[in-house]
Amino acid sequence: MIEVSDVCFTYPTGVDALKGISLTIKEGEFIAIMGQNGAGKTTLIKHFNGLLKPTKGDILVDGTNTRDVSIAKLARKVGFVFQNPDNQLFCETVEEEVAFALKNFGFKETTLKKRVTWALNLLGLTEYRKTSPFMLSGGERKRVALASVLAWNPKFLVMDEPTIGQDHEQKEKLRQFIVQLNTQGKTVVVVTHDVEFVAECTPRVILMADGKIVADGVGEKVLSNIERLTEASIVPPQVTQIFMGLTDFGLPTDVIDLYEAREILLKKLSEK
Amino acid sequence: MSVFDGLKFRRVSSPIHNLDPRIKFLYVCSIFVIAIIFWELLPLIALFLVQIPLVLLARVQREWIRSLRGAAFLAAIIFSTNVFFRFLYAGYMLTVQDIEYASAMTLRFVVLIESFSIFFLTTSPDHLGLALEQSHIPYEFCFAFTTAVRFVPVLAEEAQTIMDAQKARGLELEKGNFLKRIRNYIPILIPLIISAIRRSLELAEAMESRAWGAIEKRTNLYVLKIMRTDFLLILISIIILIVGVYIRFYVALPSFSDFLSFLKDVYP
Repeated sequence: MIEVSDVCFTYPTGVDALKGISLTIKEGEFIAIMGQNGAGKTTLIKHFNGLLKPTKGDILVDGTNTRDVSIAKLARKVGFVFQNPDNQLFCETVEEEVAFALKNFGFKETTLKKRVTWALNLLGLTEYRKTSPFMLSGGERKRVALASVLAWNPKFLVMDEPTIGQDHEQKEKLRQFIVQLNTQGKTVVVVTHDVEFVAECTPRVILMADGKIVADGVGEKVLSNIERLTEASIVPPQVTQIFMGLTDFGLPTDVIDLYEAREILLKKLSEK
Repeated sequence: MSVFDGLKFRRVSSPIHNLDPRIKFLYVCSIFVIAIIFWELLPLIALFLVQIPLVLLARVQREWIRSLRGAAFLAAIIFSTNVFFRFLYAGYMLTVQDIEYASAMTLRFVVLIESFSIFFLTTSPDHLGLALEQSHIPYEFCFAFTTAVRFVPVLAEEAQTIMDAQKARGLELEKGNFLKRIRNYIPILIPLIISAIRRSLELAEAMESRAWGAIEKRTNLYVLKIMRTDFLLILISIIILIVGVYIRFYVALPSFSDFLSFLKDVYP
């Protein structure tokens, strides 16, 4: 469980990035954090593994204050996938890249090998095992970065903009993958601008604007709340927009999932 | 990265910001010369104090203090090595003069940092490039220079992000013996170098697509002109130079401790 209580953060440059954030992330939850650029999303998630320490307030990860332990200790529990894979890739082969963190955490040689094989297989990278990560495409590099974090099986998985620069097929694979991880019990936190992506995942959604949380709740409710969405500069998903325009036909406005929308429409049509 | 903070330019308007960068450079050079020719504490203190009005006039005191704080570590090293070698040289004893000498050497360094910091805090990279160009330096070199200055903060920020990304993968920079600690920086240097190379290639393409080098002789939207205030700074620089050189050759300087006891006599 990650407990964030009344956290404020000011950068050394004097920018107030977080202005009193409180939230609780329970085990097994799937959370999407959304909001405009500069709303403080990335700043907030960098607090979860201790990369940033709050200027005011406390963050407890499974009961330990992030101020009291090293980043490496926290990272073992909270896996963080950065937006740009090029910020971390440096090894000669994909295999070494994935093994890097495991070595840092002191895994034994045999476990290490097993974990690397498992992670590469999980993300469909087995054929690139001996390839240099710099020879791979953007999407593949992103998957290597994800594999290198998943390899140590962190309890919480935090991802910053995982969908950026991915084509539709990759995005769909990523979505299924994240959902699968979540159903297996892993806590997943995703920061994204991609409202359609979030709508299809139907997680708990947290909207942020100007360093504060403006909405927090189930996806259907938050992504159909026009007032709050406008505050966070987010457009509702296309299905929701259509349904909002068709309220005269007695359609509900809190629909974000395509499959659900289809069911409702079919039912309506057969009534006629 | 706090040392870089002291060199970061912020666009504000002040009498100092509006000065011609060439004249400001002349001023920095004259401070430089005077700081080098003195090894006594008293004139260096004067040199340090003389520059503070400029800092206040430019309203960059916060950044300026930050850059001095960034230099504090190096200053401490300079001070302690000076004291240490004086101590060895004099046969394991220290006099007031030795401490004074060490302080003077440290203050000399601080004065240099001070004047450089004033220069960089109040001169935009564009102005600097313009100044170089108008000094008849080939445009390719001017451009390379301004681009390098322009990208220092970008690279510093990128280095920070890369460090964060590797720390998030359990890298502990401060762990291990000396050699191990140096090796710890490999996961940071490689992505940094690769992204710098990639960025420079992209920059080159962007420049080509915006007709870099299409004509031999470029014109500029802004042209630097020497104004009345610039002449004032020229005058100040020349006065500092002349007074400094005069004192060096014709005035016997008291040591700082003598000066203090002299003050005590005058104002008991």
